[in-house]
Order: sequence, then C-alpha cells, then structure tokens
Amino acid sequence: MRVELTVNGERLEADVWAGESLLYVLRERLGLPGSKNACEQGECGSCSVLLDGRLVCACLVLAAQADGHELVTVEGLAEDGELHPVQAAFAETGAVQCGFCTPGFVVATADLLARSPNPSEDEIREALSGNLCRCTGYAKIFDAVRLAAGS
Amino acid sequence: MSATARTLELGRVGESVKRIDAIPKVTGEFAYSSDLFAAGMLWGHTLRSSHAHALVSEVDISEAVGMPGVHAVLTHSDVPGAKTYGLEFPDQPVLAIDRVRYFGEPVAIVAAEHPEQARRAAERIRVAYEPLEPVVDPEQATEREPIHEGRPTAGHGFRDDERPNVVRTIVIRHGDPDAEADVTVSGVYELGIQDQAFLGPESGLAIPDAEGGVDVYVATQWLHIDRDQVAPCLGLEPKQVRIHLAGVGGAFGGREDLSMQIHAAMLALHTDRPVKMVYNREESFVGHIHRHPAKIWMEHRANRDGKLVNVRARILLDGGAYASSSAAVTANASAFACGPYAVENALVECTCVYTNNPPCGAMRGFGAVQSCFAHEAQMDKLAAELGIDPVELRLRNALAPGDTLPTGQRITGSFPAAEVIRRAAALPVPEPEELPRDALRLPGGSGNTTRGEGVRRGVGFAVGFKNVCYSEGFDDSTAARVRLTASDEELAAEVHCAAAEVGQGVVNVILQTARTELDLDDVVLGAATTSSVGSAGSASASRMTWMAAGAVRLAARAANEELARRGGNLAPGETIDVERIYHHRPTTPLDPETGQVTGDGAHVAYICAAMRVVAEVDVELGLTRVVWIGTAQDVGKAVNPQAVYGQIEGGIAQGLGLALMEEIQTRDGLITNASFTDYLVPTTLDMPPVDAELVEEPEPDAPYGVKGVGEPPTVVSTAAVVSALRDATGRELTRVPVSPDEIVGL
Ligand code: FES
Ligand code: FES
Repeated sequence: MRVELTVNGERLEADVWAGESLLYVLRERLGLPGSKNACEQGECGSCSVLLDGRLVCACLVLAAQADGHELVTVEGLAEDGELHPVQAAFAETGAVQCGFCTPGFVVATADLLARSPNPSEDEIREALSGNLCRCTGYAKIFDAVRLAAGS
Repeated sequence: MSATARTLELGRVGESVKRIDAIPKVTGEFAYSSDLFAAGMLWGHTLRSSHAHALVSEVDISEAVGMPGVHAVLTHSDVPGAKTYGLEFPDQPVLAIDRVRYFGEPVAIVAAEHPEQARRAAERIRVAYEPLEPVVDPEQATEREPIHEGRPTAGHGFRDDERPNVVRTIVIRHGDPDAEADVTVSGVYELGIQDQAFLGPESGLAIPDAEGGVDVYVATQWLHIDRDQVAPCLGLEPKQVRIHLAGVGGAFGGREDLSMQIHAAMLALHTDRPVKMVYNREESFVGHIHRHPAKIWMEHRANRDGKLVNVRARILLDGGAYASSSAAVTANASAFACGPYAVENALVECTCVYTNNPPCGAMRGFGAVQSCFAHEAQMDKLAAELGIDPVELRLRNALAPGDTLPTGQRITGSFPAAEVIRRAAALPVPEPEELPRDALRLPGGSGNTTRGEGVRRGVGFAVGFKNVCYSEGFDDSTAARVRLTASDEELAAEVHCAAAEVGQGVVNVILQTARTELDLDDVVLGAATTSSVGSAGSASASRMTWMAAGAVRLAARAANEELARRGGNLAPGETIDVERIYHHRPTTPLDPETGQVTGDGAHVAYICAAMRVVAEVDVELGLTRVVWIGTAQDVGKAVNPQAVYGQIEGGIAQGLGLALMEEIQTRDGLITNASFTDYLVPTTLDMPPVDAELVEEPEPDAPYGVKGVGEPPTVVSTAAVVSALRDATGRELTRVPVSPDEIVGL
C-alpha cells in the first residue's frame, strides 16, 4: 500500500507492506536512518520522533497509521544549517559516546524543552526515563539538557 | 550543516575536546552498521536453535528455497572453508553441523529481498533435532558427558585438567597457602549472567567484489581478528576479505566475537549481491556472548592489626557452550582474586567450564568484576570482625609500587591504590534527605507507594583493580600510519589506525596524539579498515588509548624525522608515508603448576579505582535507590579529560546495573528474558549523580604516562553499591543482582 507523510516539512510517499512500522519505513524506504532501532518494542526511545508534535516511539506506530500525518525526525531539527540548541548542547557537553541513543535523546529533549523550558532535575530525569543510554551513565546527558535549557 | 558547527577542535594531549564524530551523531547523519545500504541489497536472516542441547540429524531447506523473494538458504554444508571458528580456539561451528550446544546457536541462513521474507523463509526450514539433556549446572559440568569432542582448549601451556568440560583451570600458590592468622572470615558469592546490552544491535553489510573476494562493513572491536577468522571460513586469502569499521553502537566486550560477519559474507558471495544483516534485540541477546556468571568461595585470614595474612579463593565460572575468551577471563578472575591488597600467602583455584548455557566471554571488567564483588564483600566482613573502619582496613593492606602480587609479579609501574582510597573516602557524602519527599526521590521512584516509612540509608565502599592490555605472552601490538603532504606551502597529515571507535573516543586520542607530535592542526583521520593499515589489536582490556597513542606517536615521530631529513618541508605533491608498529612491553605465561609468573611477568600494568556509595532501601517494598556515588580513579594521564569522566560515569552505570537489576535468566539453558522489557538496564531514574576525581600518576612505560580508564569503574561499582546496601540492611547480600526479597522484612 502507499502512504503519504510530511517528514521534516517535506511531503514524501512510500510503498509499504501492511506490517511495516513507521520506523522501518523512515529508515529503509525514505532514506532517513537517523532514528535508530534498538529494541522495536517501545523500551529504549532510540526511535523517538514527533508525530503531529507528539513524542512517540516510531517502532510502535504502523506506517499506515501515520498516513497523512506530520513527522519531525532528528534529521529535521537543525534549521538553515544551524544545529538545534539541543544538538549543540549534546555535542558540547560530551553527552555523546557511541551516539546510538543520541537521536532519540535529542528529539525527546527538544520535546521536553518545548513544553517546559526550565525543567527541574526530577523533571529531566522523568521525561527522559524512556530513553536508554548504555554508554554515558546519563550524567553528561543531564548536563546537555541543562545547557540547552539555559541557551 | 553550518560552517561553525564543523569547526575543528584542535586539541593536544591533555585537553578536553569535543568528539570529532559528535556533530554527525547529534544530527543523525552518522552511519551505524545498521544504517548501511547498497543498491540491489538483500537481507540476511539467521535460523537459530530452539534447543540448548540437541543432535541435529537433518536440516531440510526444500520448502524455504521456494519462498517468495528468497535468493539463498545455506547450511553448514555450504560453508566454503573451515567449518568452525573462534576468538582463541576454533570450537564454534559457523552453522551447526550435527549438534547444537546452546539456545540460539545459528543453524541456517537465508537471504531474501525483504527482511520479512527472509524471516518467513527461515521459519519454513525443517530442522530435525534429537534433544539431549543439557548441562546447565556448572557445579556438575565436570561430572557430565563432554559437550565437545576432544578437548578444544587443552594444551596451550594451560594446566592439565582431565575432567570433562573444563575450559581452563588455574591454580595460584603464593607463599604458604596454609598460613594461619588471628581471625578468619569466609563467604560464598554468586553473580548472575550480565549482558553488554549495547544499544546498536549486531549488523553489517557484505559486498562481493568481482574477483571472488568480499568487503564487510561491520561494527566490531578488532577488524583484523575478524578478518583472520572470516577468511579461512570463506576459503579465501586474508587480503580477499576486507573488513571496514561501520558505526559502532557500543561494544563493552560483546563485539569481540564474530556475529553476522561470516554469515553475511557467505550469503553475499553465494548470491553475488550485497547482503545486509541486522539482529533485532531478542536475537542480539542470544547472538553474542555475556559476562560469565560465577560462584566464588573465599576465606580471608588476618591478624588483629588488620594485616591480611592469607587469602584462599575458589572460583567457578560458567563459560557456556563455546570457549570465546573464557581462558583469559579465567586468568583475570584468578590474578585479581585477592584484590588490590598486599598478601603474602594465597591459594586461588579458578575453573571455567563448558555448559549448555549461553556462551560467555568478554565484558568490561573481564573476570575482575566477579572477583571484586567477592573480595570486597570479604573486606567489609573482615572490617566488621576486627572492629576496624572498612576504609582504614583497605588502606592498611593497599598494594603499592614495589609490592608483589599473588602471581609473583612485582608492580613496577604506577599504582596509587592508597591514594584512590584516600581521595574517594574524602569526598563529602550528601546529607540524608528529609521525609516525606517526592516519590521520584524514594527507592523505586514512582513505583513507591509509601511515604518512605521503610527507608533506610547505607554508605558503602569498595576498591578494585585489573590490568591494562593483553597478558600472558600475547603481543597485542598496534599499527599506525602517518602520511604527510604539502599543499600551498602548508603541511597536512592523514593518520590511519584500525583502532575501533566503539564510543570510547579513541578517534580523538589518535588525532590529539598526532597533532601533539606533528605540531600541526591540519590532521585528518582515515577510515578504519584492514585494507590501509596493519592491526590495531582490540578495543578492549582498557588498552586502546595506550596502544593507539603509542603507535601514532611512533609513526608521527618517524614522519618528523623523515621531514627533517628532507629539509623540514615538502614540495607540493611530495609525500611522506610511514607505518610503525607499537608493542607494549613483553609478557610471559603463568606457570601452569604454580600460577606464578615466568620471565617478564604476566601483565603490562595495573589500574585501580575506589568508590563510595550512598544508597537507600525500602525494607517494606524491597526497593532500592542509589543516592550518590563518589569515586577516585587511577588514570595515568587523561588524554581527553571530558571523555575520561564520561567513561567513568558510564562504567559505573553498568556495574550498578549488575548490582541491582541486570541478569540474563535461563531455564534449562533457554534464555527467558531476551528483551529490554525483561532485561532491565539502568535508566535516568536509576543513576545517581557521580563525583569523580582523576588521580594522575603517569605510567612510566606508557606514552604520555597514559593508562586505560574504561574498566575500573565497572569492576568496582557492583561491589561498592552492594556494600552500601549491606550497610543499609545489615544483611550479607551474597548474590547479584540483589533481589527485592533480600531487602524486605527487616
Ligand atoms: S526502537 Fe523504538 S523504543 Fe526501542
Ligand atoms: S552514547 Fe551509546 S547508548 Fe548512549
């Protein structure tokens, strides 16, 4: 079947199998592999995207369900060649090691700061508790969130 | 991408610099091994054993080959060359031959147009299994029928141990192993199976060349040893197999062994099409080796003044179905069993056995994690028995340069164990938090349904150590190549080193070293591949910073000398291209009878860390919360301090996970929790703030005095977290992960 999506402001079409997830279609059919697949079960947050402005795990959404909707992925955060402040903060603070979790964290953090520009420590921890990072122990990710919130 | 975002960080050794791959990683552009694409690419899939132990009488692929989209279905008979491979011993079939020895062992592989077609075709392969009784209790393994014919690991200078299913036995006798002392404490400790749980699943792309060879793009820890295992199985010359590093989503030891490399290459060569393979999370859990579960019996004898007199330890490691790096893990568990303490007498016996449980091998800390959990529990017990402060007891016994280890090796390099203990102990512990408080700050977080009536607080302490670089005579050298060119009167350099960037930041180490030595800003790093430079050895054993810095420094200095010979400059178009191989100082095997060093000593150098932990438990609900962790770590010299702190924080998280939640569960050898729903790793709600201090005492043998930093935090944090839980509960807590049952009902 065919689906039509607006991804990062661009209208895109893809022919998909009924069972394909939004994540699979982004990565394998639309040439947008920035969203990562680390569990396909909604447990790790690596595939976080904004669907009509709401943070979702793209692995839990069928591509067909997203037909006609608007998406923002990690590839769509930088504007006019300028990194999104959250992206800049992650690079600056050492919040990136292997980086596999980074796209998900960046999208989830951008979403958090859009809703709550100056989150408390507990709020940061809770908001990002659905995103796993195996490398950093999170300390520098919290630094990045605070830096981005201050900028 | 803005020009400013791409500004190079031109740091030299010792400066905190941003990772060179940070920008592509935050924008989503960085290509991980699972992101690769090639025109005409097929998808590979692996059919895995549903039994832990069974004979395989037939693999019938007839139905699968006719399925839509399917291009190849291959079994062991299609393996073109050697049928088995292995990191140290070739005991592992590329595809099961007549027997499967663990749950999830690869049996057949499929290539199809769509990954779902490949999966469905694999389901139609009929495998005739004759189930065998699995060997699942490591304590019984040496009494059971051998799982492997012959003795795959016998010889190699190892101690003779004729019992069935022994991977390796080590006995270390030091001084008088019967020496008595004023007091004795003993305990039995157990650790469950931990998984590396790197986020980026096993994946890669194999592309056939037109001449019968193949290029494999893969996430790995050591490109050249992959090549040296892949090529013989394909029946190819090493140069016909080029392994290229694709983006690596974490490793932690779990990518030392091969996963999909041979399979994807076989399918690509068979179909003459590029083949991509990506494991899903469940397959990743069964598709790589884990940290060895262990059972450890320990007895410490000490005098009233706290001086250790004799340590006696027996360690049993479950290696699972294949050898992987078990022999070296056995050596580490033994060599570090007594902890970073001077003790004149010791008897350490360590055996690793084959079973039909999930195969185990390398994971961050490599044998030292298991031993540290036991020896630190013992030190706390001894402190209580003697009425000496636990930190003071450790200080009184701390190993120092010039001291001799139980293996007979004298510490000749830097070893600031007493200093890390003092510094960690001096870190201010946060004040207890008042109750009531937000549930998020209670043990169990929002899962806590009380007002905190059952909350108790404890403070724990632990110290641990291990070696840097490979040991026991293994020459894990590292090659680097420096190419100098000139354009517009300006010199520029390109550096090649096959060191695997697995997230630890070795790419920056390489560039910082090259810029320091060449005194140039314009230095770029070539892609890591087997086709442009010699082996870098493995990104493991906390060795890559030391070895990459050593190799790049050698090559850069050779380039500088050549440049000086040519008058200090190059004409446009002129190049200098030098490759150099760096070796650490030689080591020699342990004596198989006594476990004592022969010749140069078994290890290159030692690294240590001390840690203080504050934890709370809710004794009504069985919940825990680690409140704060303070640590001081021996790092030699921090090349990129920001990255060093990152390694410490991340390493601590993994040890905390083993202490509190991480365990691969099995029933009759079958893994029952192969998902992030059931195998829990620490989240943002589990990790406390970490105060880390770097202790920089340069290692005399090493470039710039560096050591390694990746492993000590993981070695120590499991022990330190449980020490805090013991303080809070007064219970022995002899097994990790600590289960809620052991905390409730005080
Ligand atoms: S891949 Fe979607 S949550 Fe893990
Ligand atoms: S940086 Fe590797 S998983 Fe987060």
